[in-house]
Amino acid sequence: MGLHRAALTARSRLALAVVAAPPLVFLLAFFVWPVASIVATGLFPSGRFAGGAFRRAVEGGLPGVAWFTLWQAAASTVLTLLVALPGAYVFARYDFPGKRLLRALFAVPFVLPTVVVGTAFLALIGPGGLLGIRLDGTIWAILAAHVFFNVAVVLRTVGGLWSHLDPRLEEAARLLGASRGQVFTRVTLPLLRPALAAAASLVFLFTFTSFGTVLLLGGPGLATLEVEIYRHTTALFDLPLAAVLALVQMAGVTAVLLAYSRYQERRAVEQALRPAIEVARRPGTPAERALVGGTVAGTALLLLGPPAVLVARSLNTGEGWGLGYYRALGRPGRAGALLVDPLRAVGNSVSFALVATAVALVVGLLAAVVIAYHRGRASRWFDTLLMLPLGTSAVTIGFGFLLALDAPVDLRSSWLLIPLAHALVAVPFVVRAVVPVMRAVRTRLREAAAVLGAPPRRVWREVDLPLVSRAAAAGAGFAAAVSLGEFGATAFIARPDTPTLPLAVFRFLGQPGRLNFGRAMAMSVILMVVTAAAVALIDRLRPPGLEEF
Amino acid sequence: MLEVQRATVRVGDWSLEGVDLVVGDAEVLAVLGPSGSGKTTLLRAVAGLQALDAGRILWDGDDLAGVPPHRRGFGLVFQDFALFPHLDVGRNVEFGLRMQGVPAAERRRRAAAALERVELPGIERRRVATLSGGEAQRVALARALAPGPRLLLFDEPLGSLDRGLRERLTGELRRLLSSLGVTALYVTHDQEEAFGLADRVMILEAGRALQVGTPEEVWRVPDGEQVARFLGLRNILDGRVTGSRAETAAGTIPVPPGTPEGPVRLVIRPGAFRLDPGGTILGQVMARTFRGEAYAVEVAAGGVVLEAHLPRAPSPGDQVRLAVDPAGITHL
Repeated sequence: MGLHRAALTARSRLALAVVAAPPLVFLLAFFVWPVASIVATGLFPSGRFAGGAFRRAVEGGLPGVAWFTLWQAAASTVLTLLVALPGAYVFARYDFPGKRLLRALFAVPFVLPTVVVGTAFLALIGPGGLLGIRLDGTIWAILAAHVFFNVAVVLRTVGGLWSHLDPRLEEAARLLGASRGQVFTRVTLPLLRPALAAAASLVFLFTFTSFGTVLLLGGPGLATLEVEIYRHTTALFDLPLAAVLALVQMAGVTAVLLAYSRYQERRAVEQALRPAIEVARRPGTPAERALVGGTVAGTALLLLGPPAVLVARSLNTGEGWGLGYYRALGRPGRAGALLVDPLRAVGNSVSFALVATAVALVVGLLAAVVIAYHRGRASRWFDTLLMLPLGTSAVTIGFGFLLALDAPVDLRSSWLLIPLAHALVAVPFVVRAVVPVMRAVRTRLREAAAVLGAPPRRVWREVDLPLVSRAAAAGAGFAAAVSLGEFGATAFIARPDTPTLPLAVFRFLGQPGRLNFGRAMAMSVILMVVTAAAVALIDRLRPPGLEEF
Repeated sequence: MLEVQRATVRVGDWSLEGVDLVVGDAEVLAVLGPSGSGKTTLLRAVAGLQALDAGRILWDGDDLAGVPPHRRGFGLVFQDFALFPHLDVGRNVEFGLRMQGVPAAERRRRAAAALERVELPGIERRRVATLSGGEAQRVALARALAPGPRLLLFDEPLGSLDRGLRERLTGELRRLLSSLGVTALYVTHDQEEAFGLADRVMILEAGRALQVGTPEEVWRVPDGEQVARFLGLRNILDGRVTGSRAETAAGTIPVPPGTPEGPVRLVIRPGAFRLDPGGTILGQVMARTFRGEAYAVEVAAGGVVLEAHLPRAPSPGDQVRLAVDPAGITHL
């Protein structure tokens, strides 16, 4: 018996190593190695430590850029929380007609490509904008776009927890003499703190590393670290300086991640959560109805307005409504050459998305098996390592790819580079979608299948696989959306003859003239539709019978 | 026929220690014990989900050691039902038949029959998430029944249901089990459920089997103080028997014929007391609880507290005289 057990453990160790190897190699080759190359290029240009780049960075305005990056991210985070909390409350505590549809619609901005968001806000507050005021090039445009982009994050995480909070805790506080305000500050807010911290740190990370939005909406004086890295590499060819900026940004991201994980460890409170159906109720009094109606309408205006304006402006050619801009996509630009073949851009984006999704799925599923079934320190480290690319700026990843991936095989000129970069960012989404479901497949279900006559292999096929595969499909949908919208890394590594949809939008925006602006709008709409289709697929494939905790 | 011989499972410093049991063909044996008694561990060992550290489990004389759960041909109804969330009701019930390779048409017919038997006909297309507790329990039973198991195992299948539903399902389950003539091992902490369902009952406590017998035997003659206390019999008195009477701390009381002479430990059922001005027990009422049929009254007499079920209720503080019916007294 003892010998048998020892043999089993050795075998399961070997199996673990076999499963963990591909994701580990993937990460080392396409994340650790490129990032290490940046460090080497920036700090050890000729094999020796060179502090010159640091001095030049400081003299060249690094403190200003870092300060701007920091405060705009902080301001975006606070604004997003303030704007999203009423919506999170109403969605958690009230039932109203159209709630499911609105919840799905409100999630759309988060998966919209940054380029689409930037373009949508240009359509609203840019040249000839609907609101009649020019705000592009100001901090307000950036903040507004960041809020628009991230409200969905807060609605999902905070609203998710809120809808499961036991309302009897608040009732108990009321009966103990607390006023409504006191209940909110003394009971509700502290209970929501884990979700608030999670949402705030996510929003902070996204806005701290914001690239596409700032590039499109910010003026010359409004550049984040990410934009400066891009500028120093592509326009100024100052690689050491770009490397220093990338290091500073990575340090910032790491600090946020560490602070967040320490906070979560200290503040973890066990809570009795209740099914959302028990918690939500229909608004009763006129005041409640006004609150629900007002909040929903306001949130809808904020989240659905910009995409609607984008669609409207893509159809308004100036000589009436029509598909003129869409038809113009296929015609040569002013220089006589076809700037971007729209069909090829769609084709490129879709095929990159397919490859990236396939890679992310394979790597992510293997990684998820390791994380879900082998609990221990090594597995936790593995989990953290996998999450790092999500926190690392896309521009840094693209830059690292260009620096590092020339040996043993020179991948730099291969189209594969683009889907590989996309997959790196998409893997965390697959892992996050699959691991909870893998863990949630209860031992009891496997035992039930075994007692009913299913041999072990069959148990896996009949119980684990069907439950996990739907979650994997949802993860794949996310991966596809990430790939379709990815801009930062792609901007670096895409070759002129393989533009993606976001790159095409960017190129049109970079050209003068009303026609090109219209074409950018049309291209953005196409990108938005393609991405929304991928996201719609996600919601169809949600696993049944498992609550969305 | 299921035989368990000296079954032993050790987990840390807890253990199931040398348990023996036999379940005859078409017999229903209930294992009754409080939580932590090891009853679920015993059941899982029989199902093959838990390895024995010592002892044997035999089916019709064949040792089941090394036979994995999926080849034992046993059915198991879990406490939390463990219905497959990704399958509808029909496909849950068909699962075991599919594992046997039964053709689809036959599968559907037998699944429909199993659902009919648990009085849920025609709900094949329902999603399991939409089932109520009672429905889920019946579907879990139908799923275990459908493949025609040679032994049915129940792990507190009614434990998570409310009292009224539990009582109704206990009756239904007894009728179903006897009409099917199926062999079953039923694990529960609820004595009404065990007594209501089983042909024989085994009392398990702290990993040790204390008594096996028909419900009447166990109830009438509990084998030891532990069993008596577990069955809720709290009037346990030491006494000295002379002839048909026993001297106890509470007073002199009559004992049934056959009680041995000399020092003895007696159990008095709460229903054996009656208010009687000529009674031999003089005591003071400490508390009373209305129980519908009668009052449960605590009476302090001679330094012991007795629980008596009385139709009329003296008030706390009252002095009462109680007489005892010797038919309600057993010795341990």
